[in-house]
Order: sequence, then C-alpha cells, then structure tokens
Amino acid sequence: MKPHVLLATLLMASPALAQTPVLTVYTYDSFVSDWGPGPAIKEAFEAECGCTLNFVGAGDGAALLGRLRLEGTRSPADIVLGLDTGLIAAARETGLFMAHTIEADLDLPVEWTDPLFLPFDWGYFAFVGNRGAEHPTNFRELAASDLGIVIQDPRSSTPGLGLLMWIKSVYGDEAAGIWEGLADNIVTVTPGWSEAYGLFLEGEADLVLSYTTSPAYHLIAEDDDSKVALPFTEGHYMQIEVAGILAASEQPELADQFMRFMISDGFQNVIPTTNWMYPVAMPEAGLPDGFSTLIQPETAILAPIEQADALRDLALDEWLRVLSR
Amino acid sequence: MAARSVPLSRLSGHWSGWAAALLVSAFVLLPLLAVLWFAGGGSRPGPADWAALRFTVLQATLSAVFSVLLAVPVARALARRRFIGRGVLITVMGAPFILPVIVAVLGLLAVFGRSGIVNQALVWAGLPPFQIYGLHGVVLAHVFFNLPLATRLFLQGWQGIPAERFRLAASLGFTPLDVFRQLELPMLRNTLPGAAMVIFAICLSSFAVALTLGGGPRATTVELAIYQAFRFDFDLGRAAVLAMIQMALVTLAALLVLRLGRMESFGRGMDRPVRRWDAESWPLRCLDTAVIFAAALFILLPLGAVVWRGLPGVMDLPVQVWRAAWVSTVMALASTLVAVALALALAHLALHHRRIEAVGLLGIAASPFVIGTGLFLLINPFSDPVRWAFVVTALVNALAALPFALRVLIPGLRDVIRDFGPLADSLGLTGFARLRWLVLPRLRRPLGFAAGLTAALSMGDLGVIALFADPERATLPLQILRLMGAYRMETAAGAGLLLLMLSLSLFWLFDQGGRRDVDA
Repeated sequence: MKPHVLLATLLMASPALAQTPVLTVYTYDSFVSDWGPGPAIKEAFEAECGCTLNFVGAGDGAALLGRLRLEGTRSPADIVLGLDTGLIAAARETGLFMAHTIEADLDLPVEWTDPLFLPFDWGYFAFVGNRGAEHPTNFRELAASDLGIVIQDPRSSTPGLGLLMWIKSVYGDEAAGIWEGLADNIVTVTPGWSEAYGLFLEGEADLVLSYTTSPAYHLIAEDDDSKVALPFTEGHYMQIEVAGILAASEQPELADQFMRFMISDGFQNVIPTTNWMYPVAMPEAGLPDGFSTLIQPETAILAPIEQADALRDLALDEWLRVLSR
Repeated sequence: MAARSVPLSRLSGHWSGWAAALLVSAFVLLPLLAVLWFAGGGSRPGPADWAALRFTVLQATLSAVFSVLLAVPVARALARRRFIGRGVLITVMGAPFILPVIVAVLGLLAVFGRSGIVNQALVWAGLPPFQIYGLHGVVLAHVFFNLPLATRLFLQGWQGIPAERFRLAASLGFTPLDVFRQLELPMLRNTLPGAAMVIFAICLSSFAVALTLGGGPRATTVELAIYQAFRFDFDLGRAAVLAMIQMALVTLAALLVLRLGRMESFGRGMDRPVRRWDAESWPLRCLDTAVIFAAALFILLPLGAVVWRGLPGVMDLPVQVWRAAWVSTVMALASTLVAVALALALAHLALHHRRIEAVGLLGIAASPFVIGTGLFLLINPFSDPVRWAFVVTALVNALAALPFALRVLIPGLRDVIRDFGPLADSLGLTGFARLRWLVLPRLRRPLGFAAGLTAALSMGDLGVIALFADPERATLPLQILRLMGAYRMETAAGAGLLLLMLSLSLFWLFDQGGRRDVDA
C-alpha cells in the first residue's frame, strides 16, 4: 500500500461508514445553512432511506462546479444539487454526470427534457422596490426614470448574470443601448446578492435586482407588506435550479432514490419558505399564504441551454464596455 | 577562518527565523505551483485584466498615501495629549480594521451613503448631495479601515522616542518646529514607509469594498479578475498568473520601501513618562483637540452605525451564531499563537537581513482565492479538505496578519537588541533564556499590540471559505454572510455587533496585557 493511500484510509475511516450507506450531496452554502432548506431535507430523507445524507456546502453554484472540476472523477460526491440553467452547458461538458431515470411532469413555465439534470426549484428575477413608489413597467421606462438601482456583478453573482441574460434575450443587438440608458440609474454594482439587498434595505437605492418571490419573505417572516416586485412587460428571466448524479457515484440506486425524493412533498414543501423559490412539483398543501400575493409574469424568458454560453460572453463584453466608460 | 565563522554562527543562531521564512514561503508558493500544475501552465491575462491591474495599483497607492498622511497629525496629537478616555479611544479606533467588509461598508454608508447622516446634513443646509460611489469612495473606505492602523504604528514610533530627548529639547529651548525636525521627522522616516507598504499590500487584494463602493466594473480589481477566471472561464492558469503579478507588485514595493527606510534610532531611555514641554501652547492644544475630534468622528460615526444597526438583533441571536462565535474565538487564538511565533522568529532574522520582511508580506500579497484553491488541490489527493478547514483557515488568517505583526515587532525588537544586546552577550544570555528574560519582557507592549491585532483580524476574516467551508463549524463572519443570504439582515447586523464586541475584547485584552504597568 502506498503511504498516501494508507494515510487517506486512516483519515477517512469512521465507524458510521461501515454500517449505514452515506449519500454525499454537494450544494451551495446557503442551501446547507441553518436558515436554508438543508437541515429539514436531511431529516426527512434520512427518515425514509436508512442512510446518512451528507450535505457538503461550497460557495455558490459556480463555485460548486469549480470544485467539481478540481476533483474530477475522484470527487466523493454522489449528487450535485444547486447548479442553475446558466451552468448546465459547462457542467455537461465536464462529462462527470450521468443520466437520471426520473420521469416526471414538472410544474415549470417552460418544457424540461434534459436527460442529465433534474430541476428542484425555480424563480423569476425581478426588480424589488417599496410599495407606493414610482414603478416603471419595462427597461426603457426604468432607463428613462431617475430611480436608483443596485445590481450584482454578473462575473461573481447569479442574479447579476440573470439580469445580463434577461436584457440580452429581450433586446438582442439593442442590449448595449439599454445598458447605456441604465448606466446613470445604477447606484452601484455589488459582488453578490446579499450586499445588494442589504444596500437596498438601508435606503441606498430605490430598486434592487432580486426575485419575484422576495416580497414573500417580508410578508411571511416579518409580517411586512411594504416590498413589491415590479412586473415588466418584456417578461421575466427565469432561474431554474437543478441537480445531477455523478457518473463516478458508487451508489447510483441511492442517488436515484434521492432524486425521486427531491421532487416529492418531503423536499418540495420546504422550498418556498427556506429557499424562497417556487417548487417544481406542487406539494399537496399548496403554496404558503403569502405567495398568492406575488406577481405572476405572463412571459417566462430563458435562453436555450446550448446558446447560453455564447450569449453570455457576448453580453458580458457589452456590459463591461458600456459600464466601464 | 575567523572571518568565515561569523556568518556561520549567525546562520545557526537564526535557524528559527529561516525556518519561519521557509514555512511562510512554502505555504504561499506551493499552492500557487499546485494551481499552475493543475492548469498545465499559465495563460496570458486579457486586456480587461490589465485594466483591472491598473485600477488596483491606483486605488491601493492612493489608499496607502492618504492613510499614512492623515495618520501623522492624528498620531502626533494623540502622542502629545493625555485625556480621560484616551486609552479607550485608541482601542476603539482599531475596530474598522477587524470588521467583516460588508458590516463595515453598511456602517460607512449609514454616514456617507445616499440617505446617510452627511447627506441629510447637506440637504438640510441646502447643499448638493455627496455621492460616495467611485474611486474616492473606495479610497475613503480604505482610509477608514487603515487610518487607525497607521495611527497606532506611528504612535508606537512616538512612544519609542525617550522622554529624556523631549526634556533635553525643552532645556535647549526647542520650538515645536525644531522638535518636529530633530526628533519627530527622523522617527517618521523610519516608520512611515513601512506603514505605507503594508497598507498598500492589503488594499491591493481588496475586492468587495472596491467593487461595492467603486460603483461598477470600472472598479474591477485583480482579485475580482482572479475570481472571474476561476468561476467564469475556469482558467486556473490565468488566475495563477494574475496572482503572481499581484505578488510581484507587493514584493517590489516592499523591497523598494525597505531600501528607502533607515535604521536610525534614538538610543536607550530610562522609561520615564514623557512630558511635552514643546506642545503646551494654546494654539497647539486647540489644533490637537480638533485633529483628535475629527479623527474620532470619522472613525466612530460609522462604528456607531454598526452598533445602532446591530442592537435590535443582538438581543435574541440564534444558538448557531453563538456557536460560530465560539469557533471564531478559538480560531482567532490559534491564529494569534502561530502569527506571533512566526513574527518573533522573522523579526529576529530581519534585524540582520532586512529584506526578509518582504517574506512576511507574501501572506497578503498572494490572492487568498488562489491559495485556497492550491491548498485544496494539495490536500485533496490525501484527505477530505473539509477535515482540514479549521487548520487551513487558522493558518491563512495567521499569514494574513503576519505583515502587521512584523511591522509592529521589528522596530521594538531592534531597539531592545541594540540597547541590551551587548549586556545580554556579556552575561552569556542566549537562546531561550534570552527570549524569556530579555526579549519578551522588553517587547511586551509591541507584542501585546501585535497579538491583539492578529486576534482581532482573524476574528473578522473570511479566510478561504469557498472550498473550505465546514458546515459543522462555521465561523462568525461566514454565519453573518449566511444570515444576509437568507434575508435575515437584522439578525446579521446583530451578529455583526457581536463580532465587533468580541474582536475588540480580544484586542483590548492582549493590548492591555502588553501595556500594563508600562504606562505608569
């Protein structure tokens, strides 16, 4: 035995390993945090699988994929949960994932046929502001207004990238012009969602880029109905969060069982009030009360997965060019 | 023969210093090499990366220059005056340095932001509002973080001028200008470049502050470019090359500064309390009072906002936050132990080889992101990196604090060895006994300050969480980030206040430990 293998064996040896199977799921950090869906889902799945569910949190969705690429086929993960539609093409290219066997009719505004990745929740991006204030109904009106907005950097944040893709999908070649119009509205660009939302709540801006579901948090958790999402006539860009099984998993049956559980009530019930997103399979109990007050976009926008990467690079160049002036 | 034996004995006498230097270099360079090896070589940065580099150097230079220039009058005023609450003010002024970025930024915005105090006052006075977002906002925030540090470093310099010198100056009828030229300026020439160097180095790797207050992609720093290379393009070769450029910049700046700086000193005093006959005129008193008042306002108002925002949440913090506070405290103590031991060993070596201080800077010069990725690559084949999260984070924090600890310790140690070295030699006091009976007692004040700084800094640092987040043992800064990510801004603000109080307590405990019966 090579010394490093011995060392690894010694370090990995744990009594639990020998008795119950362990399913390792990589996910983003806020999913496993005490305020995310992780703890409740772990309890529910362990009650029915006779296994140990081991959540490993790593940054956000993009960092998750980065970690997987660093580990390659040696990754101890069985499942990766928390990639989104913008990352699927890159994730597929790694060749590390295998097809799942779940066939389900999902409650999504778009059709879903991907063989490798199965959605577990979804939402719409939207600008969020205060009730009763001036509210533009599309990007042109927003650009023409004096309203201050806080957005996230598409290079370091998922919603930031979402806005980039939203404007590019709707306006195509005119996207640069929209950004030129928005330039004087942008109070600042933050590295992540938390900083932007924090700045908005502190009164630094009139609007913040977030989700249509954001007002539901304030309504349900804080009994505060002062926050509203702005419906835009162009439609709203979607974020669909997905999970996939790694081809190198030593427990494909258990992994499949988890994927089935993922679209069942035990998982989906937890999503609305912990991840503040929409479930992909409506739980029997339906959505929590506050959700009925949310805006329902008529048009759902999502760049086709195959074109997403090329569109993204184009849009990012434009964004940098316009806003760096 | 005799000539040759001197360097040899010196080398053997400094084995701990060389070992520390080797350890630090290996801890920084091996991960970098691992990233390069994984990427199969480096790749060329693009035009956007060069733009990021230019902006990074510009903002770091401006931040360092303004921090040290503004710190000189503040430190001088504090050195010349004794007033009730002076000790508390000096401790509390250290706070911005240790807060997690986002907590501090929200505090700053409560004062300088769109609906902050300053703008409310301007609107009330019928003046146009102040816009914080832009290069000036980035520099303002960096000065807020680093002015207190520079002030403390200079204050230490002032305290290093023996009381007898001021007594002599008074008996010779020196004017305040004479005192400045003859006593204070030489001291500043010694301390100012070094202080500017560490501040430049720490501002170089700024990422969240620069972007948030910079107002847009114009304010892209190298650290963000590195993050982008990893996240967006998975181009680790480019990330590594950018990290190397950043490291080269800091090393270059350090070597330049270490060449410039002088090694003069004032000689030994009798540790008498300092009395400043030169500064007893009324105009000078008024000037100093105004300077202290302005600096206190600049630092304390945003801190007050952090406290004010945190009060509603701090009363019922969830148990997870308290657990995280415990993890962070233990980690801060571990980091402090490592950093102070490394700094002591390196400081001894730096007395003979000045440039070795540049090694200490590697810890902040290297991109934390690339170091984290490299360590992950190095550990992963042998063990689950998450198991090493505590050790790695503690070490990374220790390394990040090392330059500051060194900056504090080197001048003090230099004086101790120069003043008491010959006596210790003639007594045959060497090795551990010398450390125990000479160095540690004489170095108590800087040691306490360095330890306090390291402990507080490690409390607030996020470390390398992207790849080494241990869900079971989250640190307090990570928990704050998670609370914010889950919309719980009020609880997050409360946890931020808890972090502020814990960091300050640790800082105060160490710092006071070092100052006890020295000020008498």
